[in-house]
Amino acid sequence: MSMQQPILDVRNLQTHFVTSKGVAKAVDDVSFSLQAGEILGLVGESGCGKSMTGFSILGLVDAPGRIVGGQLIFKGQDLLGMEAEHLRRVRGNQIAMIFQDPMMTLNPVLRIDTQMIETVQAHQQISRAAAYDRALEVLGDVGIASPAERLRSYPHQFSGGMRQRVAIAIALLNRPDLIIADEPTTALDVTIQSQILSLVQTLCRERQTSLIWITHDLSVVAGLADRVAVMYAGKIVESGTVESTLKHPLHPYTQGLLGAIPALHERGRPLHLIPGNTPSLVNLPAGCAFSDRCPQVHAACAVNPAVVEVDDAGAPHSVRCWLIKSQMDGAAP
Amino acid sequence: MITEKNESLASRSLVPGTPLLELRQIGKRFSRTLDLPARIARKLGAEISTETVHAVDKVSLSIGRGEVVGLVGESGCGKSTLGRLALGVYPPSEGQRFWHGNEANGQAVSSIDHLPAAARRAIQLKMQMVFQDPYASLNPRMRVGKAISEAPLAHGLIQPQERDAWLAQLLQKVGLDPSLAERYPHQFSGGQRARIGIARALAVQPEFIVCDEAVAALDVSIQAQIINLFMQLRADLGLTYLFISHDLAVVRHISDRVFIMYLGRIVETANTDEIFEHPHHPYTKALIAELPKIAGGKRSYQPIQGEIPSPLHPPSGCHFHPRCPHAMPECKRAQPTFRQVAPGHWSACILDQPDVGQVAILHGTKAGL
Repeated sequence: MSMQQPILDVRNLQTHFVTSKGVAKAVDDVSFSLQAGEILGLVGESGCGKSMTGFSILGLVDAPGRIVGGQLIFKGQDLLGMEAEHLRRVRGNQIAMIFQDPMMTLNPVLRIDTQMIETVQAHQQISRAAAYDRALEVLGDVGIASPAERLRSYPHQFSGGMRQRVAIAIALLNRPDLIIADEPTTALDVTIQSQILSLVQTLCRERQTSLIWITHDLSVVAGLADRVAVMYAGKIVESGTVESTLKHPLHPYTQGLLGAIPALHERGRPLHLIPGNTPSLVNLPAGCAFSDRCPQVHAACAVNPAVVEVDDAGAPHSVRCWLIKSQMDGAAP
Repeated sequence: MITEKNESLASRSLVPGTPLLELRQIGKRFSRTLDLPARIARKLGAEISTETVHAVDKVSLSIGRGEVVGLVGESGCGKSTLGRLALGVYPPSEGQRFWHGNEANGQAVSSIDHLPAAARRAIQLKMQMVFQDPYASLNPRMRVGKAISEAPLAHGLIQPQERDAWLAQLLQKVGLDPSLAERYPHQFSGGQRARIGIARALAVQPEFIVCDEAVAALDVSIQAQIINLFMQLRADLGLTYLFISHDLAVVRHISDRVFIMYLGRIVETANTDEIFEHPHHPYTKALIAELPKIAGGKRSYQPIQGEIPSPLHPPSGCHFHPRCPHAMPECKRAQPTFRQVAPGHWSACILDQPDVGQVAILHGTKAGL
């Protein structure tokens, strides 16, 4: 495998929910790729399909949801065409997930050691003692004091921050190549959030683990990720390096999101607004889904815009917006 | 005695004149009632003590008319309890509350909790609350129009025949379409429900509103709309807010003055610009340093260690000492007193004592402060 080949390559992924009210395209033509050791921030508001993108990669989409199209190439193999038995060996082993609520990951009636040893032995042919040692090692890595003692505890005996550390430890047990983290710090206090961010940052740097960090908080992504993808109504509307995307946002939605965050020098002034509400996926406007809230909407927006590649001083940056397309076409000779 | 004097100075509002609401040395203790076996065991001579949580420990705070006071702290620090004490939802275990000052016509007025029932009720009506989760605080079986107009009808503030016109006006004021009044709470989006919660608080024409994490559950774009609405209503109606939040960026945006709370105690207070530019207390510094920022790009997080301790067994002395990077032996022994470090800026840290600060600098413990 060459150095350039990405760990994960998501191509035109489509996850649809067929309901009585219509088809909700929760993930609609999403493409991105991830290199080893890279951190991607997947950002959007509730209902934009960011979590469903993460679930789709792991094959965790429940009915009535279904992946209806696209490819998920993980280390050269398409996860979508894979047999269930094969997929089970990848999932939890090479790809791990951290959920928003660690109580979702942890079984409340089993001790932490039982759960951790089970996870190791599900994927590796090793003895219980060796699995226990691995659990002990990982728990120490995520900064839990006296891990031998804590292994004998039940989930309810941990605080929220500690529980999230245990969930991260379980994700790390089998040394995955890719971790998908779905809002893992949203429910935590600022000081605890910083501790978790510091932890994953160090782990990714030291082990070259790739990470998809799903969040609604652009300011967390700004400090953590290498690249960012902004989702709106099932589509990635803008993506690029954190530097380029957050400093020079091109899509009106990204600009609106950044404007809505209270900034230091604007204390007491009205915040910039995105008019309207987050849309319902079954009832989207025709063409660009953002057109009914966009301050710069014009006639072309009635047709769905294609992805435009922009070169921001060498940094790749892509955006789905007719404004940028027409600017590019105008600038080109 | 010195502590007490300092505390009341520290709590003074920025707005000159009589404060709208003053909390003086207010505290709240929650204790667990013993179960039957424990009570029997105690009768038989076993040493079982009731476990008591000091949720709020002698806090003084006063809010001037038209002021927005931010109250910041991590979960479990007692900030919501303090908000409820201010409103009188919880009876205080100690301390006093004064509405429009503690004297009228040269006569000392007693604490709100000791006023005659009718007078107390009139004051309580002037104070309202906006909750974090409007869905949990709205009756799912009651149409929102009825939920909003119930209180003013009960208190005789509006007459039944003028209800519809009044309701339409109020809904418009909070940015809702009056035709939605006959719907049920589940038919609204999160942002609209937040507006309903605000409308319900405004229905009885309050002067003072406690906003307890009122924007925490909202998406960024909706959060901005609600923050703007709060600021608009303040300007239009001359409202006073106690804005409780764990989100420093939001508090910085909306507040005139900020109180930082840790484990039941206020550790620092100053006006907003001052506290964000020159934080004094190590806890405030940590909070501000860990505030995620858009600018600055990728950074290494260097978090403060540990977690907020259990309020059942708070650390001795300064509650923050087990997590403080500058902790000294003295911090375990005595609770630090409030000191004025700049005009209107008070901090409760031993490093702010001039003599200790000097010694600390000599020994290098103050490095990085």
